[in-house]
Amino acid sequence: MTPLRRLLTGLSATADGVYAVGLATLNVPVLGLWLTGLVLSPLPVLGTDVLQVSTTVVRWRADLERRLGTRAGIPIRRPYHPPPARSEMGTRRWLRWIISDPATWRDMAWLLPGALVASVLGLITVAVVAYGLAGVGLLPLWLYLGDVWFGYALFWPTSDHREAWLALPQGLAILAAGLILAPLLRETSFRFARLFLAPTSSAELRLRVAHLTTTRADTIDAQAAELRRIERDLHDGAQARMVSVGMTIGLAERLIRRDPDAAIKLLAEARASSTDALVELRHLVRGIHPPVLAERGLEGAVRALAICLPVRTGVTSDLPGRLDTPVESAVYFAVAEALANVVRHSRAKSAWVSIRHTGDLLTVEVGDDGNGGADASRGTGLVGIERRLNAFDGTMIISSPSGGPTVMTMELPCVLSSPRT
Amino acid sequence: MRVVIAEDLTLLRDGLTRLLEAFDFKVVEAVDNGPDLLPALIGHRPDVAIIDVRLPPTQSDEGLKAAIAAREEIPGLPVLILSQHVEPLYAHELLTDTRGGVGYLLKERVSDVEQFVQAVQQVAAGGTAFDPEVVSQLLARRPLAALTPREHDVLRHIAEGRSNAAIAARLYITEKVVSKYINSIFTKLDMPQSEDDNRRVLAVLKYLDG
Repeated sequence: MTPLRRLLTGLSATADGVYAVGLATLNVPVLGLWLTGLVLSPLPVLGTDVLQVSTTVVRWRADLERRLGTRAGIPIRRPYHPPPARSEMGTRRWLRWIISDPATWRDMAWLLPGALVASVLGLITVAVVAYGLAGVGLLPLWLYLGDVWFGYALFWPTSDHREAWLALPQGLAILAAGLILAPLLRETSFRFARLFLAPTSSAELRLRVAHLTTTRADTIDAQAAELRRIERDLHDGAQARMVSVGMTIGLAERLIRRDPDAAIKLLAEARASSTDALVELRHLVRGIHPPVLAERGLEGAVRALAICLPVRTGVTSDLPGRLDTPVESAVYFAVAEALANVVRHSRAKSAWVSIRHTGDLLTVEVGDDGNGGADASRGTGLVGIERRLNAFDGTMIISSPSGGPTVMTMELPCVLSSPRT
Repeated sequence: MRVVIAEDLTLLRDGLTRLLEAFDFKVVEAVDNGPDLLPALIGHRPDVAIIDVRLPPTQSDEGLKAAIAAREEIPGLPVLILSQHVEPLYAHELLTDTRGGVGYLLKERVSDVEQFVQAVQQVAAGGTAFDPEVVSQLLARRPLAALTPREHDVLRHIAEGRSNAAIAARLYITEKVVSKYINSIFTKLDMPQSEDDNRRVLAVLKYLDG
């Protein structure tokens, strides 16, 4: 870390310390509100309404902490049960959903200890930095006043100018220590919050099952649609053409003695038809699993893709081996879709693809210097990419400010097989 | 003329052998896998080799790799690559070594027997024979704005390895007009003029490579 970065991190962590103290004071009334809601909940009138409002407030407060933690580098995921379907949402059901979720109680358990830890650590952060600043800033003031009447750090009280001057290096040292300490304290505070606010291992499993259920359904749907498309293409294309080839050859067979010229013409026609069928099959195969992907793997196939684009596209890769075939295929089609978007929408002059593999994570970036403004929530192409990657627990993030540049980052966990020779 | 064939499908391997022998080629060896190919090429030093890109045991691009390796060993060894599909990327790789004839055709071009045999002879003689599909894929990606549609047509034929006379016949114009077009293309693309067919294709591909 460069000194400048360290300084900025220290400053932001100090600012977060101030926030943390402020937010911690919020926890007490939030807890009070929630307990009131809980006590009132058996009341037939208004009871559940109060609980509903107070639960929302508690979850808002906990989510805020999770977001701040994630921003500070301690990611905390939401642990809540998915809400019951809206049509089934009666008061009793709703109560059961809230009460039976352990996360509700863990949130409550966090409110006071979390506030205590966050405010103590926040105060330490702010106090150390402030004392450091005081050392640096008070010195000129003392000297200006000409009357050394106070003490600082080791010298208490200061007896002469020499000791007053020593406040400056001491202040700087304390300030530096405070700034170095601040991110560590912030981290500790969020780590403590994570003990309560992160999903328990069973909640984690439940979230994972929910995620897998959706992505599995998506994958199966997409696959079924793909198979239907292939069936239709074969049926209307190559198959129909081969039928006509057979018929034409049969006709030529019957004509060959009586009218050899006509037979030759028919045979030429049959050959042309068989060539057309091959062209169609080739296109179909390219859509199912591009041959160059089978022959060269991801890097080679992306290079082959890049060479055929109207936009100048550079490809860099540090893949030492081959990926599993399904992953390879999913990533290839995702990159192909991304590059097609570049060509269709971005008006870019150049684009680049970078493929990196670190640990068990594959990171693929597709960027261009076009006019930006791509939005993941619009456009079926981007949704398609996301769905392809989701099947392998992959994610896609797109950064595309209006005016560009656009960078799409795809990440998915995967292991490499040994290089194929 | 001595030929080495590398093709894993028995039907196609035997068909190719029969076809070539009918046209007075001598097939000195027909291999059906990648590992046997390089020794066969180096051992026989054929006048031309006809090689399938994809060969056992890995069914990846072993044929292409062996062809490129053999051309390093035997500079100028004429090679005609056959494949079920064409990739401009492979065309570029084949062309990194400019010595000797090079060809790259779709397998289905074999069905037009005469044209196929002509392509084999062209490559054996040190020329080039690129599949129209490769050429059109290359030209489609970056249309050369400076060229007129007619000049594009001529460029396409040049890339496919046709002589001026053949281009003239195809476009129903005189040879003189063809060479006029070619001169104007080369001027527009900023390239030195040359009468060598091989050099002409290379120039086109190099330009497209950017």
